[in-house]
Amino acid sequence: MTEPAPDLTINTDLARQILVEFLRTEIQRAGFSRGVIGLSGGVDSAVACYLAAEALGPENVLALRMPYKSSAPESYAHAELVVRATGVQERTLPVTPMADALFELVPDAGSIRRGNVFARLRMILLYDQSAEFQGLVIGTGNKTEILLGYTTLYGDSACALNPLGDLYKTQLRQLARAVGVPEVILAKSPSADLWSGQTDEGELGFTYEQVDRLLVLLVDGRYSPQACVEQGFSAAFVEQVLERVRRNQYKRLPPPIAKLSNRTVGYDFLYLRDWGT
Amino acid sequence: MGESTGRLTLALAQINTRLGDLQGNLEKHLTLAKQARASGADLILFPELSLTGYALQDLTPTVALRPTGEDRLFRHLLQASRGIDLIAGFVEADARSRFYIAAAYFSRGEVVHIHRKVYLPTYGLFDEGRFFAWGDAVRAFDTRFGRVGVLICEDFWHVSPPYLLWLDGADVFYLTSASPGRGLSAEPRLGSASWVEHINQAYASLFTVFVAHANRVGFEDGLNFWGGSTVFDPDGRRLVQSPYHQEAVTLAELDLAQRSRTRARLPLLRDERTALTLRELLRIQSDGGGLAGGKEGGHD
Repeated sequence: MTEPAPDLTINTDLARQILVEFLRTEIQRAGFSRGVIGLSGGVDSAVACYLAAEALGPENVLALRMPYKSSAPESYAHAELVVRATGVQERTLPVTPMADALFELVPDAGSIRRGNVFARLRMILLYDQSAEFQGLVIGTGNKTEILLGYTTLYGDSACALNPLGDLYKTQLRQLARAVGVPEVILAKSPSADLWSGQTDEGELGFTYEQVDRLLVLLVDGRYSPQACVEQGFSAAFVEQVLERVRRNQYKRLPPPIAKLSNRTVGYDFLYLRDWGT
Repeated sequence: MGESTGRLTLALAQINTRLGDLQGNLEKHLTLAKQARASGADLILFPELSLTGYALQDLTPTVALRPTGEDRLFRHLLQASRGIDLIAGFVEADARSRFYIAAAYFSRGEVVHIHRKVYLPTYGLFDEGRFFAWGDAVRAFDTRFGRVGVLICEDFWHVSPPYLLWLDGADVFYLTSASPGRGLSAEPRLGSASWVEHINQAYASLFTVFVAHANRVGFEDGLNFWGGSTVFDPDGRRLVQSPYHQEAVTLAELDLAQRSRTRARLPLLRDERTALTLRELLRIQSDGGGLAGGKEGGHD
């Protein structure tokens, strides 16, 4: 008898209970009672918003919409659906004037650079509103994009804490359905909405469903690449994904500090964030 | 030990802790011990490292204590134990500045027993071997409720410490843990919860003993602790189960005479062939078999 391969089905009640309690506890231990979320109109930030509203009370959550002039109008409308359903506070601060001022200085920036600029400007706005609202920035990055490095360093990955980073995109969709994220948000193709017509899966070259089935074997199941091929994945796909995971390790770690002393932050100065609380 | 055939009211104190805050955690112990006593409990069982929190890392030396009446924390716990027996978790410093994950049994103003964790998980998310020294004894001990044993978390993920306690005469196993929740699947329980409950039920059944487990709750950074403390009786029946992920004090009534009834039906202890086991262990060890790569050189 062979062991069944690890699968991606999750008990959404249990996930929700743990994540809601995580947000409530860890935000309070840091000395806060409020949270700030960049609400894009997509699934991930919608789930984070529902969880945060449940954890902190909707009046203690600020959903920040930060459209650019070319952002898809339905993104804005979908974010509105989430704001109305959860009852969280909402503010809209377009990134357009900041971004356009910057693009005037670097008119030849291509789509990748422009995409990174949007992500980082939104980070600036989130952290500014974090100070004004006295709430911690709640991250919305999922396990798939963290592993693939499909994220902008110091941009969308910047946050005080992240409830979603151990859920693959496929699992997040299950949780989204369970917490009541509107079907219209679940049905659309995931997109960073950094330029018109962009989709994650078009840019990555594979679907989340495909890559999640592979990642859960490689990462969670500790399958060798060869064992993944035996499970039906093409050797080229396995190699491509593994290489992407390896190449993006730097995005998952704080920058290395050159060690000189006997005790160095990052190596042998070891305390949790929850130190003393 | 005439009392060991009687009844024991046990309080499972499934608590959250503050990381590195000895005073805050002590106050919670004293409050709950008082409440448990008022509810009629004879003994209150706290989780692993209940006085310090779990992922201590470089806080380890600063929270370590010498378990004597001179210690301020121990003095309070000894005082509390005049009203109710307690098992609490702490970091023990020995005279030569080695630190152990330890659990103490307090009764009638005395420390009856201290167990030092003998298995320190240092793999996956665990890093205990980096900060702590390995305990080197598994001993049953006598209490006013009969002969019992205490093990801490990874100690009972291995079968040998419970087996040794059984042979050393323990009829109640007090198991403490700070078990980080992991293994989300389609099931209603986390994989770690499911595993621990299976093995605890198995120990109760295999050894025809009571198995009481106190696990902590709360978070430390991104780690959740899942609670779900249980007591199984010598028939392997679940007497109580605390909720998952919430602080709770759960009372369990242990009818200690159940041990005799179960063993009349199922004389596993009577028939256990310890001499054969020992002989085979010695042979396996001298053959360089399964034990050759073990922890002998490093820790014993």
